[in-house]
Amino acid sequence: MGAEDPCICILDRSYGASGQLCSAWTEEENKMRKSAIVALAMLVPMAGTTAKSADLTLCWAAWDPANALVELSKDFEAQSGHNMSFEFVPWPNFADRMLNELNSGGKLCDLMIGDSQWIGGSAESGHYVKLNDFFDAEGITMDDFIPATVTGYAEWPKGTPNYWALPAFGDVVGWTYRRDWLERPELQAEFKAAYGRDLDVPQTLAELKDIAEFFQGREIDGKTVYGAAIYTERGSEGITMGVTNALYNYGFEYGNPDSPYELEGFVNSDGAVAGLEFYRELYECCTPPGSSDWYMSESIDAFRSGLVALQMNFAFIWPGVHADPNVGGDRSGYFPNPAGPGGHFAQLGGQGISVVSYSDNQDAALEYIKWFAQPEIQKQWWELGGYSALRAVVEDPAFATSQPYAQTFLDSMAIVKDFWAEPAYASLLLAMQDRVHTYVIAGQGTAREALDGLVEDWIEVFEDEGKL
Amino acid sequence: MGLSPIERIAEGTPKGFRRRIRGLSDRAIAWLFVGPTIALLLLINIFPLIWTIRLSFTNFRANRPNADVKFIGLRNYERILSDSDIWQTMQATAHFLCWTLFLQVLLGFTLAWLINRKFRGNDLWTTIIVLPMMLSPAVVGNFWTFLYQPQIGLFNYVISFLTGVDPSGFTMIGEVDLAPWAIVIVDTWMWTPFIMLICLAGLRSIPDYIYEAAECDRASKWRQFWTITIPMVLPFLMLAVLFRGIENFKMFDLVVLLTGGGPGSTTELTSINLKREAFEKWRTGYASAYAVILFVTIFGLASIYVKALNRVKDR
Repeated sequence: MGAEDPCICILDRSYGASGQLCSAWTEEENKMRKSAIVALAMLVPMAGTTAKSADLTLCWAAWDPANALVELSKDFEAQSGHNMSFEFVPWPNFADRMLNELNSGGKLCDLMIGDSQWIGGSAESGHYVKLNDFFDAEGITMDDFIPATVTGYAEWPKGTPNYWALPAFGDVVGWTYRRDWLERPELQAEFKAAYGRDLDVPQTLAELKDIAEFFQGREIDGKTVYGAAIYTERGSEGITMGVTNALYNYGFEYGNPDSPYELEGFVNSDGAVAGLEFYRELYECCTPPGSSDWYMSESIDAFRSGLVALQMNFAFIWPGVHADPNVGGDRSGYFPNPAGPGGHFAQLGGQGISVVSYSDNQDAALEYIKWFAQPEIQKQWWELGGYSALRAVVEDPAFATSQPYAQTFLDSMAIVKDFWAEPAYASLLLAMQDRVHTYVIAGQGTAREALDGLVEDWIEVFEDEGKL
Repeated sequence: MGLSPIERIAEGTPKGFRRRIRGLSDRAIAWLFVGPTIALLLLINIFPLIWTIRLSFTNFRANRPNADVKFIGLRNYERILSDSDIWQTMQATAHFLCWTLFLQVLLGFTLAWLINRKFRGNDLWTTIIVLPMMLSPAVVGNFWTFLYQPQIGLFNYVISFLTGVDPSGFTMIGEVDLAPWAIVIVDTWMWTPFIMLICLAGLRSIPDYIYEAAECDRASKWRQFWTITIPMVLPFLMLAVLFRGIENFKMFDLVVLLTGGGPGSTTELTSINLKREAFEKWRTGYASAYAVILFVTIFGLASIYVKALNRVKDR
């Protein structure tokens, strides 16, 4: 190459683009400059890779909202240049798989939408990054989110301003019913004759049981149908997420409100015993045969296939039910968990999104959370089928009428109560699964014995934890 | 004259290696060969066992590696052995083990005896019978869950056809009285062919001349069966029972898929219970003690059984 080759000017001196030395430099200077520029040329693309396009993996359960999040995240990819991957695990194995990942310090997940009960353990074991400083720096305030979701999904210890997640998906147990069946004049007349009131959305758990009983074993359109699909699953958390909807409303408390971990007389109060008996009666009288190990997916299948009149399930299924060609549209309706003699509550579901402390891409993960917290993104989230926990979205006057189930979601979120979120939540949960399943499904022992046994189990767990 | 096999092996040994081992004693060479295997065994079997025993005396939790680990002596063992729930899982395991072994031996031996008789299509039937054994437990668990389904399950319809009871009137995997039998039926369906194959090998190893001699002595078929067939197949049968016994003692996948251990804890076998303690409740120290107790139990029972097996073989 000749001297006429174009040169790139650097600080008044020039360097040949093709690598030759420029005449204005001394030999030694040229050598040093050449080394520095080669090094710079190597570093610039690397720096660009780190800042521009991280590969982020988001871990969550495999369910409909996860598919909506994949759609939503395309916007983040376009805006940020980061690549998003997703690791979705079916619900029954979700806790096992993801808690193993966290406990082993795995780097699979950069972002984790973990269950609300994991927050205590994950905060105390250092699995999640504490987000307070990040929220302060980015102007994200928890006052902008539904208070129950902040307490349920983000705080540890509960009731303190220590945040380990951003409320990502508001969820709550509610009920779906076959509106087209309940509105049939002949059934309404028969129901009124039998129960002395209109066949309508139940206001109390007792009314709900009446309706379920009314439909149990009934022939509708030539097919035998049943009363209600309720949670009975034993392996993970199913029956607990179901039975609490009866227990809370009959007077069950997790402990003395004035003295944490004082369980006797609260977990096994007379009201709690009555609530457990109610759930067993509901299972015995009004559920389809073979529903002894049902959770979310089995209940959805039963409802969609026209097997049951009522379905207990988390609110996340409502968009899918509404769009279903067999039971969707006006054929189905939604109502919050009915009240009981001891109160009006519903089991909280839902999750917050956290940054995993073992991630090598924490900055990009925080960028995702910042993007996700934006009101316009939260609005899109709701439109795609995700339940936003942002008050700006749910308190919008148009929200309640935006979907047929929106008002029910709001009403339900106003009455939520959650299971323990202690670090030892898994031991507490499995003890409850065993005790409740043994009484409700296996029919062994009495409700009183089941709850007394549960108190013993939980006391043992808290003693092991050093909290008693 | 050609080289002997040993000389040929010696010739085949690379020169460099030959030079290096020259002068080593036979014992040293033997250690050289078995050393890597022993090291591997120590690493992946013995060390974890010792570590588990050590953990069983502590309150260690694997999900809290930073927490203080306290030595608590025999507390874990005391709690396990005095826990009525653990004894219930032991009973469930014993029920499952005894009934599956009994039914599989009975059916497996009967099938082997029938297949051993020469008839047309013998090979085809053998292949058909061993098919369940070739399936994955995950597949078997899932499709039997459907077969047991009260609304659409074939099993309930067959029972209904035979007995006249309402097919949706009973739930094999959802009722306390039926669930333990539901898992026994599936395991028997899947693993009877294994017992059959081993028994068949035993039956085919009996020389014909023994039966011919018995015929000459005018021994009845019944007598031949009890004095020739059974004693000569017994070592094979006992070996099959040992394999199945060990497998069923640690049964996990099939039962989890079928019943998940329910209803209540009716079908929660020890392996399922142990997994829940170790990897769901994360009580690692407690689960280690539990595993040690199970190990000692299996090891003790297997040792007694192997002694009995050797005695039968020596007869």
